[in-house]
Amino acid sequence: MRFLGAVVLLCFACSARAELIIEITGAGEHQIPLSLVHFAGEEKMVGQPISGVVTNDLLRTGLFKMIDPAGKAPHEPVDVKYDEWPGVDALVIGNVRSLDGGRVEVRFRLMDMVRRTELVGLSVTAKSEQLRAIGHRVADLIFEKLTGSAGVFSTRIAYVNRESKKYRLVVADSDGYGEQTLLALNEPILSPAWSPDGSQIAYVSFERGHASVFAQSLATRQRTLLADFPGSNSAPTWSPDGKQLAMVLTRDGNSQLYLVRNDGSDLRRITFSETIDTEPSFLPDGKSLLFTSDRGGSAQVYRVPVEGGSAERLTFEGANNFSPRPSPDGKYFVYSHFVDGVFYIAVQDFENRQMQVLTGGGWEKKPSFAPNGKLVLFATESQGRGILATVSSDGRVKQKMVAQRGDIREPIWGPFLKQ
Amino acid sequence: MKKIILSIILVNLLAACASEKTKDAVNEPAAAPATAAAQTAASTPASVESAPVSTGANAGASADATAPAERSIYFPFDVDAVQAADRATVQTHGEYLAKNKSAKVRVEGNADERGSSEYNLALGQRRANNVKKLLILAGAKSSQIETVSFGEEKPRCADHNEACWSQNRRADIIAK
Repeated sequence: MRFLGAVVLLCFACSARAELIIEITGAGEHQIPLSLVHFAGEEKMVGQPISGVVTNDLLRTGLFKMIDPAGKAPHEPVDVKYDEWPGVDALVIGNVRSLDGGRVEVRFRLMDMVRRTELVGLSVTAKSEQLRAIGHRVADLIFEKLTGSAGVFSTRIAYVNRESKKYRLVVADSDGYGEQTLLALNEPILSPAWSPDGSQIAYVSFERGHASVFAQSLATRQRTLLADFPGSNSAPTWSPDGKQLAMVLTRDGNSQLYLVRNDGSDLRRITFSETIDTEPSFLPDGKSLLFTSDRGGSAQVYRVPVEGGSAERLTFEGANNFSPRPSPDGKYFVYSHFVDGVFYIAVQDFENRQMQVLTGGGWEKKPSFAPNGKLVLFATESQGRGILATVSSDGRVKQKMVAQRGDIREPIWGPFLKQ
Repeated sequence: MKKIILSIILVNLLAACASEKTKDAVNEPAAAPATAAAQTAASTPASVESAPVSTGANAGASADATAPAERSIYFPFDVDAVQAADRATVQTHGEYLAKNKSAKVRVEGNADERGSSEYNLALGQRRANNVKKLLILAGAKSSQIETVSFGEEKPRCADHNEACWSQNRRADIIAK
Protein backbone atom coordinates (compact mmCIF):
# COMPACT_ATOMS: atom_id res chain seq x y z
CA MET A 1 0.00 0.00 0.00
CA ARG A 2 2.04 2.93 -1.28
CA PHE A 3 0.54 6.35 -1.56
CA LEU A 4 1.80 8.21 -4.55
CA GLY A 5 -0.16 11.38 -4.64
CA ALA A 6 -0.27 14.29 -2.29
CA VAL A 7 -3.30 15.11 -0.22
CA VAL A 8 -5.93 16.89 -2.25
CA LEU A 9 -8.35 19.07 -0.36
CA LEU A 10 -11.60 19.98 -1.98
CA CYS A 11 -13.43 22.54 0.04
CA PHE A 12 -16.81 23.31 -1.45
CA ALA A 13 -17.24 26.50 0.54
CA CYS A 14 -18.20 28.30 -2.64
CA SER A 15 -21.66 26.84 -2.31
CA ALA A 16 -24.00 28.25 0.29
CA ARG A 17 -25.27 24.74 0.88
CA ALA A 18 -21.84 23.23 1.48
CA GLU A 19 -22.20 20.20 3.69
CA LEU A 20 -18.88 18.44 3.39
CA ILE A 21 -15.15 18.82 3.23
CA ILE A 22 -13.60 16.04 1.20
CA GLU A 23 -9.97 15.00 1.66
CA ILE A 24 -8.34 12.55 -0.76
CA THR A 25 -5.09 10.67 -0.11
CA GLY A 26 -3.18 8.43 -2.50
CA ALA A 27 -3.48 7.70 -6.19
CA GLY A 28 -4.11 4.73 -8.42
CA GLU A 29 -1.23 2.88 -9.99
CA HIS A 30 -2.08 3.92 -13.54
CA GLN A 31 -3.72 7.32 -13.71
CA ILE A 32 -5.41 8.44 -16.90
CA PRO A 33 -4.36 11.99 -17.87
CA LEU A 34 -7.62 13.85 -18.38
CA SER A 35 -8.49 17.48 -18.98
CA LEU A 36 -11.88 19.04 -18.39
CA VAL A 37 -12.87 22.42 -19.75
CA HIS A 38 -15.45 24.40 -17.79
CA PHE A 39 -18.76 23.93 -19.58
CA ALA A 40 -19.92 26.94 -21.57
CA GLY A 41 -22.75 28.75 -19.80
CA GLU A 42 -22.36 27.01 -16.44
CA GLU A 43 -21.42 30.25 -14.68
CA LYS A 44 -25.01 31.44 -15.22
CA MET A 45 -26.45 28.50 -13.27
CA VAL A 46 -27.24 28.39 -9.54
CA GLY A 47 -25.13 26.14 -7.31
CA GLN A 48 -21.91 24.29 -7.88
CA PRO A 49 -20.82 24.34 -11.55
CA ILE A 50 -21.52 21.02 -13.27
CA SER A 51 -17.90 20.66 -14.38
CA GLY A 52 -16.89 20.87 -10.70
CA VAL A 53 -19.23 17.99 -9.85
CA VAL A 54 -17.73 15.89 -12.64
CA THR A 55 -14.14 16.79 -11.69
CA ASN A 56 -14.65 15.93 -8.03
CA ASP A 57 -16.32 12.60 -8.82
CA LEU A 58 -13.43 11.57 -11.06
CA LEU A 59 -10.74 12.82 -8.64
CA ARG A 60 -12.19 10.76 -5.78
CA THR A 61 -11.48 7.53 -7.61
CA GLY A 62 -7.75 8.22 -7.75
CA LEU A 63 -7.75 6.85 -11.31
CA PHE A 64 -7.48 10.17 -13.12
CA LYS A 65 -4.79 12.82 -13.29
CA MET A 66 -6.57 16.10 -13.96
CA ILE A 67 -4.59 18.36 -16.29
CA ASP A 68 -5.23 22.11 -16.33
CA PRO A 69 -6.59 23.28 -19.74
CA ALA A 70 -4.28 26.32 -19.32
CA GLY A 71 -6.69 28.81 -20.81
CA LYS A 72 -7.83 26.71 -23.76
CA ALA A 73 -11.61 26.60 -23.85
CA PRO A 74 -13.14 24.52 -26.65
CA HIS A 75 -16.82 23.69 -26.16
CA GLU A 76 -17.53 21.81 -29.41
CA PRO A 77 -15.52 19.07 -31.17
CA VAL A 78 -14.78 21.38 -34.11
CA ASP A 79 -12.99 23.74 -31.69
CA VAL A 80 -10.62 21.05 -30.39
CA LYS A 81 -7.09 21.40 -31.78
CA TYR A 82 -5.55 18.05 -30.95
CA ASP A 83 -1.95 19.24 -31.22
CA GLU A 84 -2.54 21.71 -28.38
CA TRP A 85 -3.10 18.93 -25.79
CA PRO A 86 0.15 16.94 -25.47
CA GLY A 87 0.06 14.36 -22.68
CA VAL A 88 -3.72 14.51 -22.41
CA ASP A 89 -5.42 11.17 -23.22
CA ALA A 90 -9.00 12.32 -22.82
CA LEU A 91 -10.73 15.69 -22.93
CA VAL A 92 -14.18 16.58 -21.57
CA ILE A 93 -16.04 19.51 -23.12
CA GLY A 94 -19.64 20.66 -22.97
CA ASN A 95 -22.16 23.40 -22.46
CA VAL A 96 -25.20 24.23 -20.36
CA ARG A 97 -28.11 26.47 -21.22
CA SER A 98 -31.39 27.44 -19.64
CA LEU A 99 -34.65 26.44 -21.29
CA ASP A 100 -38.14 27.68 -20.56
CA GLY A 101 -39.99 26.40 -17.49
CA GLY A 102 -37.00 26.12 -15.14
CA ARG A 103 -35.34 23.46 -17.26
CA VAL A 104 -31.76 23.20 -18.43
CA GLU A 105 -30.03 21.42 -21.27
CA VAL A 106 -26.60 19.89 -20.77
CA ARG A 107 -24.52 18.62 -23.65
CA PHE A 108 -21.14 17.01 -23.15
CA ARG A 109 -18.57 15.08 -25.18
CA LEU A 110 -15.64 12.91 -24.20
CA MET A 111 -12.83 13.18 -26.76
CA ASP A 112 -10.16 10.52 -27.27
CA MET A 113 -7.08 12.74 -27.75
CA VAL A 114 -4.84 9.85 -28.82
CA ARG A 115 -7.11 8.51 -31.55
CA ARG A 116 -8.45 12.00 -32.24
CA THR A 117 -12.08 11.00 -32.13
CA GLU A 118 -15.20 11.41 -30.00
CA LEU A 119 -15.66 8.53 -27.50
CA VAL A 120 -19.11 9.37 -26.17
CA GLY A 121 -21.55 12.23 -26.03
CA LEU A 122 -24.72 12.99 -24.15
CA SER A 123 -27.47 15.55 -24.31
CA VAL A 124 -29.88 15.80 -21.39
CA THR A 125 -32.67 18.15 -20.47
CA ALA A 126 -33.84 18.24 -16.87
CA LYS A 127 -35.11 20.53 -14.14
CA SER A 128 -32.42 22.99 -13.12
CA GLU A 129 -32.25 21.57 -9.58
CA GLN A 130 -31.12 18.27 -11.11
CA LEU A 131 -27.86 19.71 -12.41
CA ARG A 132 -25.81 17.82 -9.82
CA ALA A 133 -27.51 14.56 -10.79
CA ILE A 134 -26.63 15.22 -14.44
CA GLY A 135 -23.03 15.89 -13.39
CA HIS A 136 -22.90 12.49 -11.68
CA ARG A 137 -24.38 10.87 -14.79
CA VAL A 138 -21.73 12.52 -16.97
CA ALA A 139 -19.00 11.32 -14.57
CA ASP A 140 -20.44 7.79 -14.71
CA LEU A 141 -20.27 7.81 -18.52
CA ILE A 142 -16.68 9.08 -18.54
CA PHE A 143 -15.64 6.54 -15.89
CA GLU A 144 -17.26 3.68 -17.79
CA LYS A 145 -15.72 4.63 -21.14
CA LEU A 146 -12.22 5.10 -19.75
CA THR A 147 -12.00 2.26 -17.19
CA GLY A 148 -14.45 -0.36 -18.49
CA SER A 149 -16.25 -0.48 -15.10
CA ALA A 150 -19.65 1.00 -14.33
CA GLY A 151 -19.51 4.30 -12.47
CA VAL A 152 -21.19 4.65 -9.08
CA PHE A 153 -21.46 8.44 -8.93
CA SER A 154 -25.23 8.37 -9.51
CA THR A 155 -25.85 5.85 -6.75
CA ARG A 156 -26.83 6.82 -3.24
CA ILE A 157 -25.62 6.05 0.25
CA ALA A 158 -27.47 5.82 3.56
CA TYR A 159 -26.18 6.49 7.05
CA VAL A 160 -27.20 7.63 10.51
CA ASN A 161 -26.38 11.15 11.68
CA ARG A 162 -26.27 11.52 15.48
CA GLU A 163 -26.31 14.98 16.97
CA SER A 164 -26.39 14.76 20.77
CA LYS A 165 -29.60 12.79 21.37
CA LYS A 166 -31.08 13.34 17.91
CA TYR A 167 -30.75 10.58 15.35
CA ARG A 168 -31.49 10.97 11.65
CA LEU A 169 -31.59 8.27 9.02
CA VAL A 170 -30.14 10.00 5.97
CA VAL A 171 -29.99 9.18 2.27
CA ALA A 172 -27.47 11.16 0.23
CA ASP A 173 -25.72 11.21 -3.14
CA SER A 174 -22.58 9.07 -3.35
CA ASP A 175 -20.48 12.21 -2.73
CA GLY A 176 -22.42 13.04 0.45
CA TYR A 177 -24.39 15.93 -1.08
CA GLY A 178 -28.16 16.12 -1.38
CA GLU A 179 -28.90 14.85 2.13
CA GLN A 180 -32.49 13.76 2.65
CA THR A 181 -33.72 12.79 6.11
CA LEU A 182 -35.86 9.68 5.95
CA LEU A 183 -36.52 9.48 9.70
CA ALA A 184 -35.68 11.68 12.69
CA LEU A 185 -35.94 10.32 16.24
CA ASN A 186 -34.75 11.04 19.75
CA GLU A 187 -33.83 7.37 20.06
CA PRO A 188 -31.01 5.42 18.37
CA ILE A 189 -31.28 4.27 14.75
CA LEU A 190 -28.97 1.49 13.57
CA SER A 191 -28.04 -0.75 10.68
CA PRO A 192 -29.73 0.72 7.59
CA ALA A 193 -29.92 -1.79 4.72
CA TRP A 194 -30.95 -1.06 1.12
CA SER A 195 -33.44 -3.23 -0.70
CA PRO A 196 -31.85 -4.55 -3.92
CA ASP A 197 -33.96 -2.21 -6.10
CA GLY A 198 -33.07 0.82 -3.97
CA SER A 199 -36.71 1.58 -3.22
CA GLN A 200 -36.67 0.77 0.51
CA ILE A 201 -34.38 0.86 3.51
CA ALA A 202 -34.72 -1.53 6.44
CA TYR A 203 -33.25 -0.43 9.76
CA VAL A 204 -33.30 -0.81 13.53
CA SER A 205 -35.05 1.82 15.62
CA PHE A 206 -35.37 2.12 19.40
CA GLU A 207 -38.56 4.19 19.21
CA ARG A 208 -40.57 1.38 20.84
CA GLY A 209 -38.24 1.23 23.86
CA HIS A 210 -36.17 -1.61 22.47
CA ALA A 211 -34.61 -2.54 19.14
CA SER A 212 -37.27 -3.21 16.45
CA VAL A 213 -36.87 -3.67 12.71
CA PHE A 214 -38.67 -1.42 10.23
CA ALA A 215 -38.64 -1.10 6.44
CA GLN A 216 -39.40 2.27 4.86
CA SER A 217 -40.17 3.31 1.31
CA LEU A 218 -38.02 6.15 0.01
CA ALA A 219 -40.73 7.36 -2.35
CA THR A 220 -43.77 7.30 -0.04
CA ARG A 221 -41.97 7.36 3.36
CA GLN A 222 -44.43 4.63 4.40
CA ARG A 223 -43.05 2.37 7.14
CA THR A 224 -43.61 -1.33 7.85
CA LEU A 225 -42.82 -2.83 11.25
CA LEU A 226 -41.09 -6.10 10.34
CA ALA A 227 -40.07 -7.48 13.75
CA ASP A 228 -40.97 -6.36 17.27
CA PHE A 229 -40.53 -9.39 19.52
CA PRO A 230 -39.52 -8.98 23.18
CA GLY A 231 -35.79 -8.36 23.54
CA SER A 232 -33.80 -7.18 20.51
CA ASN A 233 -34.82 -7.26 16.83
CA SER A 234 -31.94 -6.12 14.67
CA ALA A 235 -29.41 -6.39 11.82
CA PRO A 236 -31.83 -6.58 8.85
CA THR A 237 -30.43 -7.43 5.42
CA TRP A 238 -32.25 -8.12 2.14
CA SER A 239 -31.93 -11.22 0.00
CA PRO A 240 -30.65 -10.49 -3.54
CA ASP A 241 -34.16 -11.02 -4.98
CA GLY A 242 -35.68 -8.68 -2.36
CA LYS A 243 -38.33 -11.22 -1.38
CA GLN A 244 -37.04 -11.89 2.10
CA LEU A 245 -34.79 -10.47 4.78
CA ALA A 246 -32.39 -12.06 7.22
CA MET A 247 -32.34 -10.49 10.66
CA VAL A 248 -31.34 -11.14 14.24
CA LEU A 249 -33.87 -11.83 16.99
CA THR A 250 -33.50 -12.68 20.68
CA ARG A 251 -37.07 -14.02 20.96
CA ASP A 252 -35.74 -17.52 21.71
CA GLY A 253 -32.93 -16.32 24.04
CA ASN A 254 -29.65 -15.47 22.35
CA SER A 255 -29.17 -13.34 19.26
CA GLN A 256 -29.76 -15.76 16.40
CA LEU A 257 -30.28 -15.47 12.63
CA TYR A 258 -33.80 -15.69 11.18
CA LEU A 259 -35.36 -15.33 7.76
CA VAL A 260 -38.62 -13.51 7.18
CA ARG A 261 -40.61 -12.52 4.08
CA ASN A 262 -40.46 -8.87 3.13
CA ASP A 263 -43.94 -8.34 4.61
CA GLY A 264 -42.80 -9.71 8.00
CA SER A 265 -44.49 -13.12 7.64
CA ASP A 266 -43.16 -16.70 7.58
CA LEU A 267 -40.45 -16.41 10.25
CA ARG A 268 -37.82 -19.17 10.09
CA ARG A 269 -34.81 -19.64 12.37
CA ILE A 270 -31.47 -20.31 10.61
CA THR A 271 -28.86 -20.67 13.37
CA PHE A 272 -29.09 -22.65 16.60
CA SER A 273 -26.10 -21.69 18.71
CA GLU A 274 -25.66 -20.93 22.40
CA THR A 275 -23.68 -17.82 21.48
CA ILE A 276 -24.10 -14.51 19.67
CA ASP A 277 -24.89 -14.79 15.95
CA THR A 278 -25.44 -11.43 14.27
CA GLU A 279 -24.82 -9.16 11.25
CA PRO A 280 -26.08 -11.48 8.51
CA SER A 281 -25.36 -10.54 4.90
CA PHE A 282 -26.44 -12.50 1.83
CA LEU A 283 -23.88 -13.59 -0.73
CA PRO A 284 -24.86 -12.41 -4.24
CA ASP A 285 -26.11 -15.88 -5.24
CA GLY A 286 -28.54 -15.81 -2.30
CA LYS A 287 -27.50 -19.29 -1.20
CA SER A 288 -25.52 -18.48 1.92
CA LEU A 289 -25.06 -15.79 4.55
CA LEU A 290 -22.00 -14.23 6.09
CA PHE A 291 -22.40 -13.39 9.77
CA THR A 292 -20.54 -12.50 12.96
CA SER A 293 -20.45 -15.02 15.81
CA ASP A 294 -18.51 -15.53 19.03
CA ARG A 295 -19.17 -19.28 18.98
CA GLY A 296 -15.42 -19.93 18.84
CA GLY A 297 -14.73 -17.76 21.90
CA SER A 298 -14.22 -14.44 20.08
CA ALA A 299 -16.24 -12.54 17.49
CA GLN A 300 -15.30 -13.83 14.01
CA VAL A 301 -16.83 -14.06 10.52
CA TYR A 302 -18.67 -17.24 9.53
CA ARG A 303 -20.69 -18.47 6.56
CA VAL A 304 -23.84 -20.59 6.79
CA PRO A 305 -26.20 -21.95 4.09
CA VAL A 306 -29.37 -19.88 3.91
CA GLU A 307 -31.48 -22.93 4.78
CA GLY A 308 -29.35 -23.41 7.92
CA GLY A 309 -26.84 -26.12 8.73
CA SER A 310 -23.23 -26.12 9.77
CA ALA A 311 -21.37 -22.82 9.74
CA GLU A 312 -17.84 -22.39 8.47
CA ARG A 313 -15.41 -20.00 10.15
CA LEU A 314 -13.71 -17.65 7.65
CA THR A 315 -11.55 -15.26 9.71
CA PHE A 316 -8.70 -16.25 12.00
CA GLU A 317 -6.46 -13.17 12.23
CA GLY A 318 -6.84 -10.39 14.79
CA ALA A 319 -8.62 -10.44 18.12
CA ASN A 320 -12.09 -9.98 16.59
CA ASN A 321 -13.65 -9.49 13.18
CA PHE A 322 -17.06 -7.88 12.67
CA SER A 323 -19.61 -6.72 10.11
CA PRO A 324 -18.84 -8.82 7.00
CA ARG A 325 -20.31 -7.83 3.64
CA PRO A 326 -19.57 -9.49 0.30
CA SER A 327 -18.33 -7.81 -2.87
CA PRO A 328 -20.89 -7.52 -5.69
CA ASP A 329 -19.12 -10.32 -7.64
CA GLY A 330 -19.12 -12.57 -4.58
CA LYS A 331 -15.35 -13.12 -4.69
CA TYR A 332 -14.41 -11.10 -1.59
CA PHE A 333 -15.85 -9.89 1.65
CA VAL A 334 -14.98 -6.74 3.54
CA TYR A 335 -15.13 -6.48 7.32
CA SER A 336 -13.99 -4.56 10.39
CA HIS A 337 -10.80 -6.09 11.77
CA PHE A 338 -10.05 -5.43 15.46
CA VAL A 339 -6.49 -5.96 16.70
CA ASP A 340 -4.56 -4.38 19.60
CA GLY A 341 -7.47 -2.07 20.36
CA VAL A 342 -7.67 -0.63 16.81
CA PHE A 343 -10.30 -1.19 14.12
CA TYR A 344 -9.12 -1.57 10.51
CA ILE A 345 -11.04 -2.20 7.30
CA ALA A 346 -9.92 -5.47 5.74
CA VAL A 347 -10.88 -7.52 2.72
CA GLN A 348 -10.59 -11.28 2.30
CA ASP A 349 -10.63 -13.49 -0.78
CA PHE A 350 -13.16 -16.33 -0.41
CA GLU A 351 -11.11 -18.69 -2.56
CA ASN A 352 -7.54 -18.39 -1.31
CA ARG A 353 -8.43 -16.96 2.13
CA GLN A 354 -5.86 -14.18 1.75
CA MET A 355 -6.75 -11.11 3.79
CA GLN A 356 -5.55 -7.57 3.15
CA VAL A 357 -5.84 -4.63 5.51
CA LEU A 358 -6.98 -1.65 3.40
CA THR A 359 -6.73 1.21 5.88
CA GLY A 360 -4.45 2.75 8.48
CA GLY A 361 -6.66 1.94 11.44
CA GLY A 362 -8.80 3.90 13.89
CA TRP A 363 -12.47 3.61 14.80
CA GLU A 364 -13.18 2.10 11.38
CA LYS A 365 -16.47 0.23 11.25
CA LYS A 366 -19.29 -1.01 9.02
CA PRO A 367 -17.65 -1.30 5.59
CA SER A 368 -19.71 -1.86 2.44
CA PHE A 369 -18.73 -2.14 -1.22
CA ALA A 370 -19.87 0.29 -3.89
CA PRO A 371 -22.07 -1.58 -6.39
CA ASN A 372 -19.18 -1.69 -8.90
CA GLY A 373 -16.89 -3.23 -6.28
CA LYS A 374 -14.21 -0.58 -6.78
CA LEU A 375 -14.66 1.39 -3.55
CA VAL A 376 -15.47 0.56 0.06
CA LEU A 377 -17.48 2.98 2.20
CA PHE A 378 -17.02 2.89 5.99
CA ALA A 379 -17.46 4.90 9.18
CA THR A 380 -14.45 6.32 10.94
CA GLU A 381 -13.55 9.20 13.21
CA SER A 382 -11.72 12.46 12.65
CA GLN A 383 -11.00 14.91 15.47
CA GLY A 384 -13.45 13.14 17.72
CA ARG A 385 -16.32 13.11 15.23
CA GLY A 386 -17.84 10.25 13.30
CA ILE A 387 -17.30 10.73 9.57
CA LEU A 388 -17.67 8.88 6.27
CA ALA A 389 -14.65 7.55 4.46
CA THR A 390 -13.95 5.49 1.37
CA VAL A 391 -10.99 3.42 0.30
CA SER A 392 -10.42 1.92 -3.12
CA SER A 393 -10.75 -1.87 -3.01
CA ASP A 394 -6.99 -2.18 -3.60
CA GLY A 395 -6.28 0.12 -0.63
CA ARG A 396 -4.48 2.73 -2.74
CA VAL A 397 -6.82 5.73 -2.61
CA LYS A 398 -8.46 6.98 0.55
CA GLN A 399 -11.04 9.67 1.01
CA LYS A 400 -12.60 11.27 4.08
CA MET A 401 -15.86 13.18 3.99
CA VAL A 402 -16.34 15.46 6.98
CA ALA A 403 -19.89 16.64 7.58
CA GLN A 404 -20.48 19.99 9.18
CA ARG A 405 -22.78 18.71 11.89
CA GLY A 406 -23.14 15.61 14.02
CA ASP A 407 -21.53 12.20 14.02
CA ILE A 408 -21.99 9.98 10.99
CA ARG A 409 -22.36 6.27 11.69
CA GLU A 410 -23.59 3.04 10.12
CA PRO A 411 -23.08 3.93 6.45
CA ILE A 412 -24.08 1.61 3.63
CA TRP A 413 -23.68 2.06 -0.11
CA GLY A 414 -26.87 1.66 -2.10
CA PRO A 415 -27.41 -0.37 -5.28
CA PHE A 416 -27.30 0.71 -8.92
CA LEU A 417 -30.59 2.39 -9.75
CA LYS A 418 -32.61 1.36 -12.76
CA GLN A 419 -32.19 3.84 -15.57
CA MET B 1 -16.27 -20.24 28.48
CA LYS B 2 -19.62 -18.70 29.19
CA LYS B 3 -21.17 -21.98 30.20
CA ILE B 4 -18.41 -22.45 32.75
CA ILE B 5 -19.03 -19.03 34.19
CA LEU B 6 -22.76 -19.61 34.39
CA SER B 7 -22.31 -22.84 36.31
CA ILE B 8 -19.98 -21.06 38.67
CA ILE B 9 -22.64 -18.47 39.26
CA LEU B 10 -25.07 -21.18 40.27
CA VAL B 11 -22.57 -22.51 42.80
CA ASN B 12 -22.04 -19.04 44.10
CA LEU B 13 -25.70 -18.42 44.63
CA LEU B 14 -26.03 -21.55 46.70
CA ALA B 15 -22.91 -20.84 48.71
CA ALA B 16 -22.81 -17.13 49.21
CA CYS B 17 -26.21 -15.58 48.80
CA ALA B 18 -26.09 -14.00 52.24
CA SER B 19 -22.62 -12.55 51.91
CA GLU B 20 -22.18 -8.83 52.33
CA LYS B 21 -20.94 -7.09 49.26
CA THR B 22 -17.57 -5.49 49.69
CA LYS B 23 -17.53 -2.29 47.74
CA ASP B 24 -13.94 -1.25 48.04
CA ALA B 25 -12.27 -4.06 46.19
CA VAL B 26 -14.12 -4.13 42.88
CA ASN B 27 -11.32 -2.64 40.86
CA GLU B 28 -10.13 -6.18 40.41
CA PRO B 29 -13.34 -8.17 40.37
CA ALA B 30 -11.57 -11.46 39.78
CA ALA B 31 -9.60 -10.96 42.96
CA ALA B 32 -12.39 -9.37 44.94
CA PRO B 33 -14.30 -10.71 47.95
CA ALA B 34 -12.70 -13.61 49.75
CA THR B 35 -15.62 -15.96 49.36
CA ALA B 36 -15.22 -19.45 48.00
CA ALA B 37 -17.20 -18.50 44.93
CA ALA B 38 -15.08 -15.48 44.18
CA GLN B 39 -11.98 -17.62 44.24
CA THR B 40 -13.64 -19.94 41.76
CA ALA B 41 -14.42 -16.97 39.56
CA ALA B 42 -10.77 -15.92 39.66
CA SER B 43 -9.82 -19.20 38.08
CA THR B 44 -12.08 -18.73 35.08
CA PRO B 45 -10.45 -17.80 31.78
CA ALA B 46 -12.45 -14.59 31.45
CA SER B 47 -10.26 -11.77 30.20
CA VAL B 48 -10.99 -9.58 33.17
CA GLU B 49 -10.16 -5.91 32.98
CA SER B 50 -10.89 -3.32 35.59
CA ALA B 51 -14.44 -2.58 36.64
CA PRO B 52 -15.53 0.73 38.12
CA VAL B 53 -16.17 1.29 41.78
CA SER B 54 -19.87 1.04 42.46
CA THR B 55 -21.50 3.82 44.40
CA GLY B 56 -24.47 2.14 46.10
CA ALA B 57 -24.29 2.09 49.87
CA ASN B 58 -26.91 -0.39 51.00
CA ALA B 59 -26.83 -3.09 48.36
CA GLY B 60 -26.39 -5.71 51.06
CA ALA B 61 -29.50 -4.68 52.92
CA SER B 62 -32.08 -7.40 53.30
CA ALA B 63 -35.00 -7.39 50.92
CA ASP B 64 -38.08 -5.62 52.20
CA ALA B 65 -40.72 -3.25 50.92
CA THR B 66 -38.05 -0.76 49.86
CA ALA B 67 -36.52 -1.46 46.48
CA PRO B 68 -32.74 -1.93 46.61
CA ALA B 69 -30.73 1.18 45.80
CA GLU B 70 -27.82 -0.40 43.95
CA ARG B 71 -28.96 -0.83 40.36
CA SER B 72 -25.88 -1.24 38.15
CA ILE B 73 -23.97 -4.43 37.45
CA TYR B 74 -20.60 -4.14 35.69
CA PHE B 75 -18.90 -6.56 33.31
CA PRO B 76 -15.38 -7.18 31.99
CA PHE B 77 -14.71 -6.61 28.27
CA ASP B 78 -16.69 -8.95 25.99
CA VAL B 79 -17.99 -10.92 29.01
CA ASP B 80 -21.69 -11.37 29.68
CA ALA B 81 -21.59 -13.38 32.94
CA VAL B 82 -22.40 -11.52 36.15
CA GLN B 83 -19.19 -11.24 38.15
CA ALA B 84 -18.75 -12.30 41.75
CA ALA B 85 -18.58 -8.72 43.00
CA ASP B 86 -22.09 -7.96 41.71
CA ARG B 87 -23.96 -11.13 42.59
CA ALA B 88 -25.17 -9.85 45.95
CA THR B 89 -26.71 -6.85 44.20
CA VAL B 90 -28.65 -9.07 41.83
CA GLN B 91 -29.59 -11.45 44.64
CA THR B 92 -31.01 -8.59 46.70
CA HIS B 93 -33.14 -7.43 43.77
CA GLY B 94 -34.32 -10.98 43.13
CA GLU B 95 -35.39 -11.41 46.75
CA TYR B 96 -37.15 -8.05 46.67
CA LEU B 97 -39.10 -9.11 43.55
CA ALA B 98 -39.94 -12.46 45.18
CA LYS B 99 -41.43 -10.67 48.19
CA ASN B 100 -43.15 -7.96 46.14
CA LYS B 101 -45.10 -9.85 43.49
CA SER B 102 -46.54 -6.72 41.91
CA ALA B 103 -43.13 -5.09 41.47
CA LYS B 104 -41.67 -5.15 37.98
CA VAL B 105 -38.26 -4.26 36.65
CA ARG B 106 -36.59 -3.69 33.32
CA VAL B 107 -33.02 -4.91 32.97
CA GLU B 108 -31.10 -2.75 30.48
CA GLY B 109 -27.92 -4.23 29.05
CA ASN B 110 -25.15 -2.00 27.69
CA ALA B 111 -21.75 -2.50 26.11
CA ASP B 112 -18.64 -0.45 25.45
CA GLU B 113 -17.89 0.71 21.91
CA ARG B 114 -15.22 -1.89 21.11
CA GLY B 115 -17.18 -4.07 18.72
CA SER B 116 -19.72 -3.49 16.01
CA SER B 117 -22.97 -1.82 16.98
CA GLU B 118 -24.87 -5.03 16.26
CA TYR B 119 -22.46 -7.28 18.16
CA ASN B 120 -22.70 -4.91 21.12
CA LEU B 121 -26.48 -4.93 20.92
CA ALA B 122 -26.33 -8.73 21.17
CA LEU B 123 -23.78 -8.57 24.00
CA GLY B 124 -25.91 -6.11 25.97
CA GLN B 125 -28.91 -8.41 25.51
CA ARG B 126 -26.92 -11.37 26.88
CA ARG B 127 -25.85 -9.30 29.88
CA ALA B 128 -29.48 -8.34 30.56
CA ASN B 129 -30.63 -11.93 30.06
CA ASN B 130 -28.00 -13.25 32.48
CA VAL B 131 -29.08 -10.77 35.14
CA LYS B 132 -32.66 -11.89 34.56
CA LYS B 133 -31.68 -15.53 35.05
CA LEU B 134 -30.06 -14.72 38.40
CA LEU B 135 -33.08 -12.69 39.48
CA ILE B 136 -35.29 -15.70 38.76
CA LEU B 137 -32.92 -17.97 40.69
CA ALA B 138 -33.30 -15.59 43.64
CA GLY B 139 -37.06 -16.06 43.54
CA ALA B 140 -38.35 -13.49 41.05
CA LYS B 141 -40.87 -14.52 38.39
CA SER B 142 -40.05 -14.20 34.71
CA SER B 143 -43.17 -12.08 34.23
CA GLN B 144 -41.74 -9.45 36.59
CA ILE B 145 -38.67 -8.87 34.43
CA GLU B 146 -38.34 -7.29 31.00
CA THR B 147 -34.93 -7.26 29.33
CA VAL B 148 -33.72 -4.76 26.77
CA SER B 149 -30.34 -4.00 25.23
CA PHE B 150 -29.02 -0.60 24.20
CA GLY B 151 -25.72 -2.05 23.03
CA GLU B 152 -23.21 0.79 22.66
CA GLU B 153 -25.93 3.32 21.81
CA LYS B 154 -26.50 4.93 25.22
CA PRO B 155 -23.07 5.22 26.79
CA ARG B 156 -22.84 6.75 30.26
CA CYS B 157 -19.43 8.08 29.25
CA ALA B 158 -18.31 8.86 25.70
CA ASP B 159 -14.50 8.94 25.72
CA HIS B 160 -12.28 6.29 24.11
CA ASN B 161 -10.64 4.96 27.27
CA GLU B 162 -11.00 2.20 29.79
CA ALA B 163 -12.27 4.54 32.50
CA CYS B 164 -15.29 5.23 30.27
CA TRP B 165 -15.63 1.78 28.78
CA SER B 166 -15.77 0.16 32.23
CA GLN B 167 -18.78 2.35 33.10
CA ASN B 168 -20.51 1.46 29.84
CA ARG B 169 -20.16 -2.34 30.22
CA ARG B 170 -23.17 -2.44 32.45
CA ALA B 171 -26.62 -3.78 33.14
CA ASP B 172 -29.05 -1.55 35.01
CA ILE B 173 -32.04 -2.82 36.97
CA ILE B 174 -34.78 -0.22 36.58
CA ALA B 175 -38.04 -0.28 38.53
CA LYS B 176 -41.04 -0.05 36.21
